[in-house]
Amino acid sequence: MTALKHYFGLHRDNLVGAVKRLAGQPFASLLTILVIATALALPAGLRVAVNNADAVSDSWQSAADFTVYLKMDVAEDAARRTALTIEGREDVAAVTVIDRDAALAEFRAQSGFGEALDALDGNPLPHTLVVRPASGIASDVEALAKAMEALPETELVQVDTAWVTRLRAMLALAGRLVDFATVLLGLAVAIVVGNTIRLEINNRSVEIEVTKLVGGTDGFIRRPFLYLGLCYGLAGAIVALAVVGLGLLLLSTPVRAVADLYGSSFSLAGLSLPESGLLLLGGAFLGWAGAGLAAARHLRAIEPK
Amino acid sequence: MIRFENVYKRYPTGREALSGVSFNMERGEFVFLTGPSGAGKSTLLRLIALIERPTRGTVLVNNQNTARIARRKIPPFRQRLGVVFQDHKLLYDRSVFDNVALPLVIAGASRREIEKRVRAALDQVGLRGRESHAPITLSTGEQQRVGIARAVAPRPDVLIADEPTGNLDPELSLEIMELFTRFNEVGVTLLIATHDLELVERLPHRRVRLVAGQIAGDTPAEA
Repeated sequence: MTALKHYFGLHRDNLVGAVKRLAGQPFASLLTILVIATALALPAGLRVAVNNADAVSDSWQSAADFTVYLKMDVAEDAARRTALTIEGREDVAAVTVIDRDAALAEFRAQSGFGEALDALDGNPLPHTLVVRPASGIASDVEALAKAMEALPETELVQVDTAWVTRLRAMLALAGRLVDFATVLLGLAVAIVVGNTIRLEINNRSVEIEVTKLVGGTDGFIRRPFLYLGLCYGLAGAIVALAVVGLGLLLLSTPVRAVADLYGSSFSLAGLSLPESGLLLLGGAFLGWAGAGLAAARHLRAIEPK
Repeated sequence: MIRFENVYKRYPTGREALSGVSFNMERGEFVFLTGPSGAGKSTLLRLIALIERPTRGTVLVNNQNTARIARRKIPPFRQRLGVVFQDHKLLYDRSVFDNVALPLVIAGASRREIEKRVRAALDQVGLRGRESHAPITLSTGEQQRVGIARAVAPRPDVLIADEPTGNLDPELSLEIMELFTRFNEVGVTLLIATHDLELVERLPHRRVRLVAGQIAGDTPAEA
């Protein structure tokens, strides 16, 4: 019981000592903490960005219409009948018919190829149906598109979700890149803390030497440095969390404005509670690990002379 | 208590600091290790504290062959040994109390025990009430006494000291030696290295003389 009390007493003393040491040289500590915070805020911020982009692309997907180009020999009334048939399906929310003349007029007006079109015999465009699926789920949309393709009047189905799918693939790639950046920057945090602890060990070589002379074990000598590393990492993570929070706060108003323009109720999401916890825990662990590496490498070299 | 058997110590530079040193110290003895500078006195003490290892020969401390003590086992070995240094080796970023408490904290004493022993040790060296002072504000003699308090606070069986009066005037030196004598009276084994022959001759303890790395004389204690 007393041994346990003593053990925790030592750890508490080490923790208090580490905090005092950081506070004792505020400028140097702050610089190191800011470097760590930057290295942690970068992947955390990117993660938030990817998460939000994911959420946006989800809402886009549900609004994805697709286009059915009918065969050239399908007449307008046949096209309208087909549209009515399709609209009767359960998995279709709405169908809009764009007749070939309207399409040509729009194309002539918008493309700037008016003269080229004049050179053609008649209208090269078919009647077109724009189908809005009832369900936003990718597999449902795909099934509906397949059914449209099977209709005898259909020449070509162009699913407009293709770009959303591509966007999602790119977001998945971005997610992977963020994972990669997280690992690299985490390593950077460990190295920054390790280097800071190495300097600290050099600065305190007399203390280490004397402690060894009066019988201090490796563990006893290492512990204050581990706690110092832990404090650096944790402080860096706290600042990183604040930076990400501040960034979200600054961006939320303009993002709302953009979302309103698109008639969307989308708003930025920050780090979730588990994610925040992971950031704090990860920062503390990386600081501790970096200090451990530095201590393992440099403490042994300091021996009483 | 301390036993050297044909001990050699040769440094990588080729200098031989000890050349076949053999001597024995009983429990409770007070021995002065004398001799000119560079005779190997410090080396001999460093072998006892396991700061260095002998090139050849055997060093026994408390019937324990120091050659068999692995690096990992050095800390507990040193915890049972009191060492006083010529340059005090105090930590100047903490109070007198914290300096003296260091070996007790390492040994895992309780807070109450630490306070009791630090006060007792400071009392013994005549520095009662100076607990909260910074070592730098003390005189050299007082700093040396803080170093001695630190060495005796864990109540070691053996106390070794390397030129503990090296920087002190004769009067202070004698005071320190009288302090050591009092520790010896309560059963502590002491080995004190000093080149201050004048001081040594005023005290009745055994004298081992080291010259050029060899034992050149062994004068028993006066009765």
